[in-house]
Amino acid sequence: MSAPTTDSRPMTPNTGSVFSRLEELLPLVSKPVQYVGGEVNAVVKDWDAMNVRWALMYPDAYEVGAPNQGVAILYEVLNEQADVLCERTYAVWPDLEALMREHGVPQFSIENHRPIGEFDLMGVSFSTELGYTNMLTALDLAGIPLHAVDRTDAHPIVIAGGHAAFNPEPLSMFVDAAVLGDGEEAVLNITAIVRQAKAEGASRDEILLRLARTGSIYVPKFYDVDYLDDGRIRRVAPNREDVPWRVAKHTLMDLDNWPYPKAPPVPVAETVHERMSVEIFRGCTRGCRFCQAGMITRPVRERSIDGIRAIVKGGLEATGYEEVGLLSLSSADHSEIAEIAKSLADEYSESQTSLSLPSTRVDAFNVDLANELTRNGRRSGLTFAPEGGSERMRKVINKMVTEEDLIRTVTTAYANGWRQVKLYFMCGLPTEEDEDVLQIARMAKEVIKAGRIASGKRDIRCTVSIGGFVPKPHTPFQWAGQAPHEVTDARLHLLKEAIRSDRDYAKAIGFRYHDGKPGIVEGLLSRGDRRIGAVIEQAWRDGARFDGWSEHFRYDRWMKAAEAALAGTGVDVDWYTTRERTQAEVLPWDHLDSGLDKEWLWEDWQAALDADSVEDCRWSPCSDCGVCDQMGTFIQMGPTRTEEA
Amino acid sequence: MSRPQPDREVAVAVQKLRLCYAKRGRLRFASHRDFQRALERALRRANVPMAFSAGFNPHPKISYANAAPTGTASEAEYFEIGVVEKVDPDQLREVLDHAMPDGFHIVDVVEASTPDFVARLEASLWRIRLVDVDGEAVRAAVAAFLAEERVEVDRATKDGHRTLETRHVVVSLDAPDGAPDDRGRPCVILTAVVRNETPSVRPDDLLNALRLVGGLALVVPPEVTRLAQGPLDPQAGTVGDPFAPDRAR
Ligand code: SF4
Repeated sequence: MSAPTTDSRPMTPNTGSVFSRLEELLPLVSKPVQYVGGEVNAVVKDWDAMNVRWALMYPDAYEVGAPNQGVAILYEVLNEQADVLCERTYAVWPDLEALMREHGVPQFSIENHRPIGEFDLMGVSFSTELGYTNMLTALDLAGIPLHAVDRTDAHPIVIAGGHAAFNPEPLSMFVDAAVLGDGEEAVLNITAIVRQAKAEGASRDEILLRLARTGSIYVPKFYDVDYLDDGRIRRVAPNREDVPWRVAKHTLMDLDNWPYPKAPPVPVAETVHERMSVEIFRGCTRGCRFCQAGMITRPVRERSIDGIRAIVKGGLEATGYEEVGLLSLSSADHSEIAEIAKSLADEYSESQTSLSLPSTRVDAFNVDLANELTRNGRRSGLTFAPEGGSERMRKVINKMVTEEDLIRTVTTAYANGWRQVKLYFMCGLPTEEDEDVLQIARMAKEVIKAGRIASGKRDIRCTVSIGGFVPKPHTPFQWAGQAPHEVTDARLHLLKEAIRSDRDYAKAIGFRYHDGKPGIVEGLLSRGDRRIGAVIEQAWRDGARFDGWSEHFRYDRWMKAAEAALAGTGVDVDWYTTRERTQAEVLPWDHLDSGLDKEWLWEDWQAALDADSVEDCRWSPCSDCGVCDQMGTFIQMGPTRTEEA
Repeated sequence: MSRPQPDREVAVAVQKLRLCYAKRGRLRFASHRDFQRALERALRRANVPMAFSAGFNPHPKISYANAAPTGTASEAEYFEIGVVEKVDPDQLREVLDHAMPDGFHIVDVVEASTPDFVARLEASLWRIRLVDVDGEAVRAAVAAFLAEERVEVDRATKDGHRTLETRHVVVSLDAPDGAPDDRGRPCVILTAVVRNETPSVRPDDLLNALRLVGGLALVVPPEVTRLAQGPLDPQAGTVGDPFAPDRAR
């Protein structure tokens, strides 16, 4: 029996921690430390004193999810609110999942091991479509009905976000809402609405309606999808008055006003990135046509030098990390990167703190930067991404790099003591022929040749790393037919033979690739519509978990699930993946507004087919992609203004 | 390498300190590597003036003594550090303890003034809490074990198996009843003094031995804590304080 409260807050369940029950299972599973929390900087708040409680999930193992920058930022933004609590949760591996089911232990948060089903909101941040099934496991373990329609006022509101939720349609039966774009202001808006609604005792439906009315939070159930006889979408329309026809993405301006993360939790368990990460700018307008991240994060918004330095300083003091990562989609593109690199190297190179700058730009300046950041450190490897094997392919994808650029760049790298160069390419790009991919072998040999001359050594190396191209929503390639996995695999095989055939070079060139099958599933999920939800559920029921991990991924399971779930719809996996779309077709994400003008995307797709290029709007005139106009945003770049006396 | 080694000034350590730490509660699931990373970060957060090794990849000067296995708690783990400026041991204990994640605790610090510290860690006192077991059955297994001269167990290693003799390192082994746990299940507290030898006999080897000779069967994973490590008093069979010689000077 609960005592009557004088508080206006509705009573919420408070089971407390499930740790004592979990604890007995931990000696039986691999790497138990990932489930115990105990991180420095983790926030612990009084559950009962809070008005709004968020659980944030990164739907992969802790070792991958804990370093995620997006979650780290939202975690702080939410916990800075006095009456808001936010805890994190991650996917549990199948060994623990089985034990949790056997012993009735629910999905839990890392901080206080609270049952996820008792939070008001569950936010799931997707970086890849291959994390979808892990969300289903978490919902199921939490005791939250898989289908949004089956949830009651007692269940959390489940909200998807992140790049892989820019087309949330395949998830629409599992999530209550989805947020497109930057999350900082979005989570605060949602919090404000939920806080108010809870105080008023509003129903779940009412809360969802209020969220949908904002025009920037997508609530799938307030939209109906009609199909044509041939399986294509006829129309997506709101089914309630005052729910808008289109839902817009969020764009955070003035990044200096959002200096997060300030003190991210420091994992005790080993993770994939052990460093203090600072996002030096958001967005990218280089216009690579395959790149969804670039297209959906326009325009470019830079942090100032002072803003970056402050985050680095505070972050190192709060975490004790020995490495700083200067993150963005292409970090060498920050307009003041040379000064940033120099000032940080001056300040930290003597204190055993290393600096890293993920950048794969193919130019000598990028090598200079890498040199600056490794003044005293080891020069092991540098990565460059020409992406396309032939000059023609690079024009198709709008990656304006010539072979001379590449040779000049690697020459500089090898001459400066770098011993290993890694080159990233894609296979299966639109209009690609065998010959385009075979050019990669020739280029790799040229790289080794140039490197041997530049370094005066024979033992330098070059690794060619190739990923299969997957067409993504909100890009000029959203209409493209994906290459069948047989085609991708055959081309990769040809390339491997070509690299191996020349004995003088074969040993110096490493070759890393993945087979094309996971790309087909990723393609199915990323350009899917609402009918794909049934495929995800079937695959999950058949055991799909951790699909991004090759040791857990099963292609056949997905194909079988798709066949069963799509039976009678008239559409199949090929229809979603290898089929080229026409201009007139209603795409499943047309009502989700990334700001990009569909006309502009189509013209860019046509330009790709003609191998025509588009310039970067940072240093050339605006190319009218539509984003700034539609979203009321503009480019924010340096120089950093210093205070005048 | 085409570049010379960096001619960084390598400051020499002016003082060495020995630290005793505890691994408690949920952080008992941390591995030794997890502890090492947490310690290095805490040393940075606490601004401890660490000495570093030379070379391209300088490491803080820390040496660890035999670490308790992952999953076991401990009140008595040891490591030594070198610093480039003198620090007060008590103050170091306080700031470093504060900087460590909750569950790792710096319990004692002394200035290292004697050699052969690791050799002093002759034996360990283990406390193994068995839940949901019958006290008489456990004591019978213990008696059977102590009556043997040799008890060999199999231990899975990275590359196969190896046999380990467990009896000769066990100095004493008791099994009094403990208080029932929070779910009312009966508990037995195994207390063992075990010599630290290489290869070391760990608590799970001991439980394995009790299963082999005495049929001890566990349903609930045991809770294991190393209570002490130090010189073995051969007469009393007790484990002493390894810092005593450093404190005496
Ligand atoms: S609208 Fe113009 S300035 Fe803005 S991102 Fe698009 S191309 Fe760049």
